[in-house]
Amino acid sequence: MPLDIARLREDFPTLAREVRPGVPLVYLDSAATTQKPLPVLQAMDDFYRRSNANIHRGVHTLAEEATAMYEQAREKVARFVNAPSVEQIIFTRNATESINLAAYTWARANLKKGDLIILTEMEHHSNLVPWHMLSAERGVDLEFVPVTDDGLLDLDVYRSLLTRTVRLVAFTGMSNVLGTINPVGEMTRLAHAAGAVVLVDGAQSVPHLPVDAQALDVDFLAFSAHKMLGPTGIGALYGKKSLLEAMPPFLGGGDMIKTVHLRNFVPNDLPHKFEAGTPAIAEAVGFGAAVDYLEAIGMEAVAAHEREIITYALERLEEIPGVKVFGPAADEKGGVASFTLEGVHPHDVAQIVDTYGVAVRAGHHCAQPLHEKFGIPATTRASFYIYSMKEEVDKLVAGIYQVKKIFG
Amino acid sequence: MEDLYREIIIDHYKNPQYRGHLDPSDIHFEDDNPLCGDHIEITLRVDGDGKVTDGRFDGNGCAISQSSADLLIESVIGKSIEAVKQLTKQDVLDLLGIELGPVRLKCALLPLKVLKAGVYGLSEANDDLIA
Repeated sequence: MPLDIARLREDFPTLAREVRPGVPLVYLDSAATTQKPLPVLQAMDDFYRRSNANIHRGVHTLAEEATAMYEQAREKVARFVNAPSVEQIIFTRNATESINLAAYTWARANLKKGDLIILTEMEHHSNLVPWHMLSAERGVDLEFVPVTDDGLLDLDVYRSLLTRTVRLVAFTGMSNVLGTINPVGEMTRLAHAAGAVVLVDGAQSVPHLPVDAQALDVDFLAFSAHKMLGPTGIGALYGKKSLLEAMPPFLGGGDMIKTVHLRNFVPNDLPHKFEAGTPAIAEAVGFGAAVDYLEAIGMEAVAAHEREIITYALERLEEIPGVKVFGPAADEKGGVASFTLEGVHPHDVAQIVDTYGVAVRAGHHCAQPLHEKFGIPATTRASFYIYSMKEEVDKLVAGIYQVKKIFG
Repeated sequence: MEDLYREIIIDHYKNPQYRGHLDPSDIHFEDDNPLCGDHIEITLRVDGDGKVTDGRFDGNGCAISQSSADLLIESVIGKSIEAVKQLTKQDVLDLLGIELGPVRLKCALLPLKVLKAGVYGLSEANDDLIA
């Protein structure tokens, strides 16, 4: 059954606002962060109004309630990505911190000079820079799976890179610029056959597609709550239990320890070993509510709606003379359309369509190497989610025609 | 907001009078705005009295940064180097005739930053130049 978008939009207060008097918001920047539905706002508000306390140590009623709410959120997130057990979900600040956690613990404990990591040319800076830093520190080698002209990963090159001794393959489940949905299951199978560990940056794929960590058999999966209707300040790292158990701790402090003496400590069990200090408790509760909201809709329905919107958006954008959309055809991508308009810089496009209430992003979207690959400094990006409507695509298109008129 | 794209800005963006490169030149400097990838390169010729006799800019970026560069070069030809050193953010905004938010201000001021780093003979541009 198709989503009742008009009904669903009533859950999102921001979507009802005007950016200026008489100019309603057309929010097409969900790949940067999504808007938040009332149940998420309500869950966080209720937590602070009723149950606010620190977790895991207190024995009083509020502390027990807060601990239960925090751990329930972990259960919800674990179920959402089909983790085999709850303690395989580590709460972090965001997908970036999740990737850094793996880089600072697993990678530094397991990789040495000359070891090879395979990345791809379409990675977000969050899945490049942690490995640059490791490479500079340890002399680890980095290789990159190229992106083809139509925005797909070149799997032939990937296969040939895997004939070398590879320790880690780290890649995005879905490009935040091209929208490309990568074949995570197949790439993981090939990596495992070559003896490599697999880390998937799920910042875009987990919010927009059904993602089953067990079925995909990935070793690590990083994602952020704020890109899937939840609050900022919280994300998760899923990891295989044997890997997480063998990894040294990340940040040191309270809660990540079993016992502490003056000169040493014993780390706590999973998942607490990786969660030092008071975490983002209210945000975890909001994350849980966001997952409930998405599950009630169903991720198949989310993906189907976005497919419909992106198919329409590509049709409309490509009919505008001078517009070039980057990335694969609609059936191989999620709800992201990055484009250039001949003769006009992306910042000017974004600024002018903002006059009409249309929020799009301009720049390199934290994927500078990918833009270099295509020989462009920047693109304008429209990105969609469950609340996006075809009428909003029409407003973007009308805005682009205004840009063309101004730049004549 | 459409004021931002006044005819003068679009005109200098589409038909710049001073786009190019002087070779030889007495002053040469270039810099980027890493946030948007705007790039500006400026070359000047200066006579024995310290007066700017000719200037060109090159680069790529948004309409604001490119038109700002064209207007700025136009305004400094005939000026003394000492006068160029005294140019401020407000001078650029007066040339453009618009008000800008903090993000686009960086675009508008990149040419001034490049110009002043060049006339001061700095090895690196810094934001004090456009304070």
